[in-house]
Amino acid sequence: MTVLDTASSGASTRQAPSHSVTFGMTLVDIGGITRRNLLRILRTPRLLVFSSIQPIMFVLLFRYVFAGAIKVPNGLYVDYLMPGIFVQTALFGGASTAVGLAADLQGGMIDRFRSLPMARSAVLAGRTIADLIRNVVVLVLMVAVGVLVGFRFRASPGSDVAGLALVLLFGYAFSWVFVTTGLLVKDPETAQVAGFLPLFPLVFASSAFVPVSTMPGWLQAFANVQPVSVTVDAVRGLLSGGAVEHWLWQSISWGVGIFLVFAILSVRQYRRL
Amino acid sequence: MPETMIEAESITKAFGSTLALRSVDLKVEAGTVLGLLGPNGAGKTTLVRILTTLLKPDSGRATVAGYDVIHDAVTVRAMIGLAGQFAAVDDLLTGRENLELVGLLYHLGSKERKLRADEVLERLSLTDAADRLVKTYSGGMRRRLDLGASLVGHPRILILDEPTTGLDPATRIDLWQFIEALVADGTTLLLTTQYLEEADRLANRIVVIDHGQVIAEGTANELKDQLGGNVLEVTITDQDQLEKAAAVLADLGHGPPSYDRAGGLITLATDGKAEMLLEAARRLEENGIALDDIGLRRPSLDDVFLALTGKPTEDLPGTADTRQRLDPSGVL
Ligand SMILES: Nc1ncnc2c1ncn2[C@@H]1O[C@H](COP(=O)(O)OP(=O)(O)OP(=O)(O)O)[C@@H](O)[C@H]1O
Ligand SMILES: [Mg+2]
Repeated sequence: MTVLDTASSGASTRQAPSHSVTFGMTLVDIGGITRRNLLRILRTPRLLVFSSIQPIMFVLLFRYVFAGAIKVPNGLYVDYLMPGIFVQTALFGGASTAVGLAADLQGGMIDRFRSLPMARSAVLAGRTIADLIRNVVVLVLMVAVGVLVGFRFRASPGSDVAGLALVLLFGYAFSWVFVTTGLLVKDPETAQVAGFLPLFPLVFASSAFVPVSTMPGWLQAFANVQPVSVTVDAVRGLLSGGAVEHWLWQSISWGVGIFLVFAILSVRQYRRL
Repeated sequence: MPETMIEAESITKAFGSTLALRSVDLKVEAGTVLGLLGPNGAGKTTLVRILTTLLKPDSGRATVAGYDVIHDAVTVRAMIGLAGQFAAVDDLLTGRENLELVGLLYHLGSKERKLRADEVLERLSLTDAADRLVKTYSGGMRRRLDLGASLVGHPRILILDEPTTGLDPATRIDLWQFIEALVADGTTLLLTTQYLEEADRLANRIVVIDHGQVIAEGTANELKDQLGGNVLEVTITDQDQLEKAAAVLADLGHGPPSYDRAGGLITLATDGKAEMLLEAARRLEENGIALDDIGLRRPSLDDVFLALTGKPTEDLPGTADTRQRLDPSGVL
């Protein structure tokens, strides 16, 4: 409530802001928005089903159509393929972050939230966290599909969990790219298309599906260092019990970098709405 | 001295080359209702967005309950309830979940949140639909829920942007009564509308804006007096004679007549009294124009609005607005 300084009189004695958002409130706000977004996901089960069918098709396509034509250095192609599919799935899932935010903008929900005394960061954080949780479910599904088509974990349990965790964290960092996209384009249809644009070169000109050594030299230069390749290589190492070498650190550096840059960009954009 | 709850001083806002607001001043005293009236594109929503901290003005200053909308934005947000021009409720949540989410974001405790949601649902006659997903609601129910969301935080200041647009007449009157009850409880209200009837009924004071500028303000009566005199209303039998009739009457008024073709109705602001009425009837008869009805009345806010902005307001749904301005010099 308004507190007036009664000791001195005059209009200029209004005290400093009587209302501010504490850290505890911020957590409550993030929790509320996350829950709201999870409810939305649960209540559109068809969307969840259809968005899971696409990665499954990719698995079947590469596992049974292209596998014979692609030679991998050692081991089975299915063990080479699945880490790439996991990362791809986590990244593509982020498109719903962009679409969801753009829809909230267009439908006025963001205006409603911005007119409430809540933490400004909570709308974006709650959105990305809900999508992270959805990604966990989809990843479990993809692991099951992988096992059905012959994929096996070949490392220690700790290393396997670390591999899957890296997939999720990298996906989370990348979801901030989609947040920025959603806030910039402001309409869900455009967000859907625009969101996928950066993904195609990153996912397909990478080591996700074929060894980089089979690409032309100029493309190798890009494919060897870009974030998706190093992440897929790190995940592959962790899940197969093989060497992760420098990939793990490169992947984490990319992830942290992408997260920081795009979180700052999107928060700035959100403030400017 | 009454406390000023909302104050805007020289607010200016441009979107690219569109000047949405040009130096708008406005004041709302505690416990009163200000009706912000203006045609499409006048700048009503822009002003509302600035007062509710959603948009920063290019220049000027605005305070709500004494707090600056830029520097004390969070405090302002904690004091106001906003229902925007388009219902902002989540289709995939139930009515109750929507309200409880808003309660949570006002940082009400979990018990209070539930209680408040129940209360608001009850007051807006949504209790029966409370646990249905909002996507199954009718447009009027969505609007009511949206208004409900703006009440969850017990705001002392309520800002409603066209709260009754798109509602059927019965629902509109319900909502008016509801809003009147809120005001009776001491809520300060700023309300934008395109319906003069609404401003006339709800607002203590009216500010008319057009092209981003305040063009008139005062009580409904003051605005009507400002227009002066009376309004001559003539309904003619044969609509084909509309232009002719309007031209015959034109110099009796102090402004061009407007007419509604479908109804054969001509409206003219005038200073004249009974003699003028007789004169009008005589002229029409001389010109062989048959009358259904002729009369003088006090101007309505519609006439004021029309005179001020040169544009008719939107009529209530169901009565298509066919009124136009008529230039008498171009008729004969
Ligand atoms: N975000 C925006 N970008 C560009 N122009 C805008 C934006 N918002 C409003 N405008 C312009 O500013 C002017 C005022 O718009 P505003 O929405 O405030 O009008 P309004 O009085 O609320 O109209 P209506 O009755 O149609 O709701 C209009 O010319 C509109 O086109
Ligand atoms: Mg508007």
